[in-house]
Amino acid sequence: MDKWKKFKESYFLYSFLRDPVAIVSFIIFLFLVIVSFSAPLIAPHDPYDTSTISIMDSEIPPVWYGEGDDNFILGTDSQGRDMLSTMMYGMRVSIIIGIGAVALQAFLGVVIGLLSGYIGGRVDAFFMRLADIQLSFSTLMVAIFISAIFQTAFGVGKYSEYAVPILVLIIGIAEWPQYARTVRASVLGEKEKEYVEAAKVIGFGSRWIMFRHILPNTLSPVFVISTIQVANAVMSEAALSFLGLGMPVTKPSLGSLINLGFEYIFSGSWWITIFPGILLIILVLVVNLLGDWLRDVLNPKLYKG
Amino acid sequence: MFAFITRRIIQAVVVMLIISFIGFTIKHHVGDPVRELVGVSVKASEREALREKLGLNDPFFVQYKNFLKNAVRGDFGISYFFKKPAAQVILEKAPATLELVFASSILIIILSIPLGTYCAIKPKSILSRLIMGMSIVGVSIPVFLTAIMLIFLFSVNLHILPSYGRGETVAVFGGLWDTGFLTIDGLKHLILPVIALSSIMLPLFIRLIRAEMMEVMQTEYIKFAFAKGLSKKRIWFVHAFKNTLLPVITVGGVQLGIMIAYTILTETVFQWQGMGFMFLEAVERSDTSLLVAYLMFVGVLFVGVNTVVDIIYGLINPKVRISGTK
Repeated sequence: MDKWKKFKESYFLYSFLRDPVAIVSFIIFLFLVIVSFSAPLIAPHDPYDTSTISIMDSEIPPVWYGEGDDNFILGTDSQGRDMLSTMMYGMRVSIIIGIGAVALQAFLGVVIGLLSGYIGGRVDAFFMRLADIQLSFSTLMVAIFISAIFQTAFGVGKYSEYAVPILVLIIGIAEWPQYARTVRASVLGEKEKEYVEAAKVIGFGSRWIMFRHILPNTLSPVFVISTIQVANAVMSEAALSFLGLGMPVTKPSLGSLINLGFEYIFSGSWWITIFPGILLIILVLVVNLLGDWLRDVLNPKLYKG
Repeated sequence: MFAFITRRIIQAVVVMLIISFIGFTIKHHVGDPVRELVGVSVKASEREALREKLGLNDPFFVQYKNFLKNAVRGDFGISYFFKKPAAQVILEKAPATLELVFASSILIIILSIPLGTYCAIKPKSILSRLIMGMSIVGVSIPVFLTAIMLIFLFSVNLHILPSYGRGETVAVFGGLWDTGFLTIDGLKHLILPVIALSSIMLPLFIRLIRAEMMEVMQTEYIKFAFAKGLSKKRIWFVHAFKNTLLPVITVGGVQLGIMIAYTILTETVFQWQGMGFMFLEAVERSDTSLLVAYLMFVGVLFVGVNTVVDIIYGLINPKVRISGTK
């Protein structure tokens, strides 16, 4: 209860309740997460269950059109899957990959950032050069290259079988430098402080000092970039899936749904592409807006980045 | 200064060596060039002879050395699909991509400078808030979705602009460069892809210019200029703007390089016959030669642009080269 009281009186909650944009974004985000993760329970159809899908139902327009079917409120895609259900399942895949990738890049980035900030010297020079080089190529390019290489090396079949962990790995590898740089910068500021000196005098080992003393003090910028990184990861995943380097059509994410529907836009079946597209934009936008708000609250100094 | 430039160039060479090593490893381990070249209906002994002739039985590092030697001469092997040298295929596709990037850069520069400076000068006005709000929406829309929506609106519904391809092109420079800039049809085909490609970078540039300009507006010399009674316009556009440009040019140079990555997405949507489209086709066809050649080409492009930008930055800003020396 004590923690809850502390939270209730915090500046964090205060500024959140004062910001209508943040509240609305948070509500929408929460809604999207709940809807997508409870998809198996509340979705009207199961898009993964091929026995319930009939090709005869393909390309049915949304219900407000004359030819619409009450069974499929937002229409069906080219394989006869219910758009609404497929989108709910697809968003779940997108969010899982987004959060998984951010967890991986945060882990890699925090460890590398701590090591290079605390140890310095050769280690620092090596990792920061690597980060510079990777960033100069842009994370998207790196992700596209890695996935292209993986796909050629594993073959399309195996790649799509393990698509989720592979995509988490790819996006994680492609985007760790953001974290490493941020953490390193804060470590450099922290390690000169007296409490670190005190910890050294007591005789703690480097590892203990790094992870138990310095790390907690570098976390606030990590939280700030994490939110925006989730949006970036979701976008990267969508981009890869759109290029055919991501989730397969049988287990579509929002990106592969957009890709799937793109051909049909010319024959008039716009809903297969446009609905998941709008959903993707809303998802990324609310996460970005939340990230902007969080940055202003936790770290006004970071504003320029 | 000489030491700084040398160090940068050495670094660029090292990066290129690493990229070439990655490229070669892919080429070495993925796919069988003999099968790709001759198909399945050739005798085993003939295959072996061909392997020997192509040097595929040599040790790894000997092959890598040969690969490097050829790469420096611009020979990246033969594209299995096009049955032409990979470098030639890329050079044929390059103009399409470069024209797209060029036209987008122009659009970005024309729009971002006035919008960014306006947002910095009048940060509280409704229009600036609108621009900043739009820019976060712009950042949140993936480039391929912008492209799809543009096609949906202008090609499918309104039928006013073409949705794919480059349209009519004219060969210039003795047939080396197919340009779409010179025909009405070519320009029409250019409009949608250029808007789509600019849409991702424009918000970034507006925000960058705004942030830099606002920082400059806080400095002492600007306050002094106001105190001296100079006209506002002169302070904004002559005194403040000049110092905004330097960081914008350096960051911008790198960002324009990053646009190459987004051309892959844009070209896929618009079936634009450029390098990005070719790259994806190469991935689908497992055309490793072409894939590696593209990797190397983009590598050279990025490393080149970054090195030049770094050196220019070092020339202008002494702090950079001194901190680099330690």
